[in-house]
Amino acid sequence: MTAEKQIQELTNEKEIGKGRSPMQDALREFRRNKIAVGGMIFVGIVIFIAIAAPIFAPYSFETQNLRNNRAKPMEGYDVMVTYAEEKCHWYDTPMEWGCTVFIAGSDALGRDLWSRIIYGARISLAVALVAATVSLIIGLIYGTISGFAGGKVDNFMMRIVDFLYAIPLLPIIILMTVYFDAVGRQGSDSALMTAVLDINRQMGGLFFLFIAIGALNWIGMARLARGQVLSYKNKEFVEAAQAIGASRGHIIFKHLIPNVLGPLLIAESMAIPGYIFLEAALSFIGLGVDPPTPSWGAMINEGYSGIRSNAHLVLFPGIALSILTLAFNFMGDGLRDAFDTRLRGRK
Amino acid sequence: MTKFIIRRLLMAIPVIFLMILATFVLVHAMPGGPFDAIGQRAMPEHIRNLLERRYGLDKPLYEQFFTYLFNVIKGDFGPLFRQPSQTVNDIIAQTFPVSIQLGLMAVTVAFALGIPLGIIAALNHNTAVDYVTTFLAVLSVSVPALVLGPVLIYTFGVNLKWLPIAFWGADPPFIWGFLPKPTLEFFRHAAMPVFSIGTGGAAGIARLTRAGLLDVLSSDYIRTARAKGLKERIVIVVHALKNSLIPVATIIGPLLAGAVTGSFITEQIFALNGMGRRFVNSIGAREYFLQTSLVLIYGILLILGNLFVDILYAWLDPRIRYD
Repeated sequence: MTAEKQIQELTNEKEIGKGRSPMQDALREFRRNKIAVGGMIFVGIVIFIAIAAPIFAPYSFETQNLRNNRAKPMEGYDVMVTYAEEKCHWYDTPMEWGCTVFIAGSDALGRDLWSRIIYGARISLAVALVAATVSLIIGLIYGTISGFAGGKVDNFMMRIVDFLYAIPLLPIIILMTVYFDAVGRQGSDSALMTAVLDINRQMGGLFFLFIAIGALNWIGMARLARGQVLSYKNKEFVEAAQAIGASRGHIIFKHLIPNVLGPLLIAESMAIPGYIFLEAALSFIGLGVDPPTPSWGAMINEGYSGIRSNAHLVLFPGIALSILTLAFNFMGDGLRDAFDTRLRGRK
Repeated sequence: MTKFIIRRLLMAIPVIFLMILATFVLVHAMPGGPFDAIGQRAMPEHIRNLLERRYGLDKPLYEQFFTYLFNVIKGDFGPLFRQPSQTVNDIIAQTFPVSIQLGLMAVTVAFALGIPLGIIAALNHNTAVDYVTTFLAVLSVSVPALVLGPVLIYTFGVNLKWLPIAFWGADPPFIWGFLPKPTLEFFRHAAMPVFSIGTGGAAGIARLTRAGLLDVLSSDYIRTARAKGLKERIVIVVHALKNSLIPVATIIGPLLAGAVTGSFITEQIFALNGMGRRFVNSIGAREYFLQTSLVLIYGILLILGNLFVDILYAWLDPRIRYD
């Protein structure tokens, strides 16, 4: 940016005499980052489509029709006429002609791939949202307690984090998921476990996935929260609050957490692609969501064996996964750049 | 430094102990046992009892645990229940070299691609080259091995028929137990799996290198180096690069972990006989010893990787002292 432009902006009439909060500064910075805004808009659109999936998905994601299996993209079949004798075209109106037109083709069981991709977005987004929330809450509570308490408590709590950090969590998460899976198949005697298993079944196997992913990802957040608390704990405004006799709870909730929350939220937005990948990876190796709930990872797994003849069954879910991740990455990078004051003005 | 390494290795012992304990308890807590069925039918009670006694599974859990622990210390990882002709040691001897070769090559590719790209982007700051490189980096971070693997197979394996789509190109015996003979066949097989893991890491490294180099290039000592008339190449390579790589060192830890994570998926996609695939394929069975031992090996690798990062850190930044 040229100097004149900057001066022009600074002396912009509307803004003279008005202070800007750091929040407003950051938002301005974020809005100026076109790619990040684009990423955020795209994520918004995907969220909307996922919520309104029944409207956008032309067919059911689970109804099988073996006569129409492995249709190529844009290919249609007349479900009334014998298989493949009379093909429909993508421009035919499905309602009028009794045609089934598969925008993205159909899978090995004759399920419409496009509908499955749209419903699959629900899983990815739900995992992203819940994993981010769970790890944020656990990390925030754990890190704040550890940082605020200090001394022996802090030392002990951080040793636990160090331990978890040093062990390979993915194989253990896989074993945990297998354990839940096996228990779920066997059923349980205790009322609590039965209730939990029931919730899990209702959610299509997502509940245990959330637990497994949440168990992995709060560690980094706890470290970050602790570091933030430590850096703010001895600042003047906290001392002032202590001096006028504010309670510990007041200091934690009114003074520390608002300051800790910002960096944590940004770290979460950067971590979301990791959560989406983890869900896809677990579903790919046959853990994670239960069929017929469509997950992009599970769809890649299903289509993978037929990649020679029906590559679209792998490519479309893969593209969907990558584009959503790309949008989250652009958004997260933009948020970090906008809120990290050290980076500002260096472009 | 030696003191630091020894201290860290000693500290790793309780971590490994707790890790084995947790895994051991978890795999034994799973409902059912390894000898519940014979083919499609239920195993007769008395035969199951005999088999369980044969493998010591009838003993109390703590006794089994300590027996296993002492056997591991002696170098015996235990038997396989379903393939009695092989032991866990055999499985590890077959699969460990494959996973290590894959992981090391992926990390090498990540550095060999990432650092030059990051330098190019930083030196052409705010030009088209920079934007294209940065965009490519974000793009490759966004395509996981799970997607990149099948795409590579479809492009280079199925359509162009340049590369083989499955299996590993090297067989034991390996040089020093893990290095393969560098034949063309080996590299042709390795290319796609290595790149499907390595590109994500390369993108991360490129971004960190770029940020680090930009940071360093605006510092005073670089201005001094330029002011005294040094060639630009000397300024970059000798003065700037080493300091700008300090943040890059931080990614090696996650990168090693990522190579492990990636191997679970990539070995599955390319049908490689590595540890990740063995682990994933064993999850339906109750192979207690195999599962615990593989987690143990992953844990040791991770601990050694983290230690290596800390040592590298001290070498790159002499201000860091561990004593």
